[in-house]
Amino acid sequence: VSYVQSVIPVSLDSASGLPLHPRAREAYLAALEDGWADPARLYSSARRSRQLLDGARASLAAALGARPDEVSFTPNGTTALYGGISGVLAARARAGAHVVHSAVEHSAVFHAVAAATSVPVDYLGRVSVDAFASAVQSDTVLGCLIAASHEVGTLQPVTEVAAALGDVPLLVDAAQVLGRAAVPSGWSLLTGSARKWGGPTLGVLAVRTGVRFRAAVELGSLDLPSVLAAAVALEAAGAEAAAEDDRLRALIDQVRASVALIPDVEVVGDPVERLPHLVTFSVLYVDGESLVRALDVAGFEVSSGSSCTSDTLEPSHVLVAMGALTHGSVRVSLCRTTTSQDVARFLDVLPHIVERLRREAGVAGL
Amino acid sequence: VSALVLDCLGRPCPVPVIELARALPSVEVGEVIEVLSDDPAAASDIPAWCRMRSQAYEGSAGFAYAVRRLS
Repeated sequence: VSYVQSVIPVSLDSASGLPLHPRAREAYLAALEDGWADPARLYSSARRSRQLLDGARASLAAALGARPDEVSFTPNGTTALYGGISGVLAARARAGAHVVHSAVEHSAVFHAVAAATSVPVDYLGRVSVDAFASAVQSDTVLGCLIAASHEVGTLQPVTEVAAALGDVPLLVDAAQVLGRAAVPSGWSLLTGSARKWGGPTLGVLAVRTGVRFRAAVELGSLDLPSVLAAAVALEAAGAEAAAEDDRLRALIDQVRASVALIPDVEVVGDPVERLPHLVTFSVLYVDGESLVRALDVAGFEVSSGSSCTSDTLEPSHVLVAMGALTHGSVRVSLCRTTTSQDVARFLDVLPHIVERLRREAGVAGL
Repeated sequence: VSALVLDCLGRPCPVPVIELARALPSVEVGEVIEVLSDDPAAASDIPAWCRMRSQAYEGSAGFAYAVRRLS
């Protein structure tokens, strides 16, 4: 079998970041003209900027299920996580500094906390509500739970954990949920990343009124065009979300079923209670880097949680926490521009690539 | 006491798992293979391989992972 390389590669890595939504691009360019002035000043151009900022903030707040004055902006999603955690720790320093988080959080959470309990996950990648609540100590000031894993897609019981935590505030990392699925209720702090919903590189942090919080650093000037573009992109994603959910969910079901037919390939994560648009699987005896490169040559861009593809040469802590095979890991994540033909061609090509790599490595039939 | 020691030190995953799979038929059912690996992925991948191949993962000590052949 021979394959003609695609002229335009098919990106199957939307979970890392999406291209800017066309309407967000328009909004960004318009704001470069119209929203350059500092919204904190009092003259006409500044008031225009203030008006644009207020509108964007109100729109984003509505999508988050927050009040406009609860929402602030950070350079990116990672700094939103740092800002949220450090703000609670700074405000609660006298009460304690212990944080409870799941074992499958974004790595920024692990770096931002000092005294912490990591709550294990089951083989699907989900925490138990009881285990999370039991990890709370007298000096616990914060819980952190990702709404859904960006690596395996499994949804977490956010609302139940928030209820079980009682007075301890819960920070919810909603990066993969915003613009795709309903934001789970119960959060005290919510973070997001506009790149994941088709906006520019911008982080969003919402802190519920009444949560004890003191911003650890002053963030200074905002990139107003980015805020406007992020708001427009989230509105666009929200409008498309219901239809896209059905379409992408069906495509991922197809990937899960088809990939599982390849010998010694394990599909990881919850098959049902999951994000609509992504799936991860592990190919026994094949290294992730070879898979990513071979798929790239065939015209498909995917990411991998295998150690050989990471900067640190450590395997994905999410796969490790789940007890999954970490080598030969491939994550496929779809977006609004992914077609069913793209997925069908990927599923056509993949078994041949796996078979060839195993043959070349001399591990076929092992 | 292990029947076989596989020295995979310095070799990246999936090599330790591949060597383990290759060596399995060379020990008797009930015997233990010890895999030496300093790749951080081995800590996950050797137990995962045992689960997939229905062999017994007997735990680790430092860089040594013990696997008992069950079938």
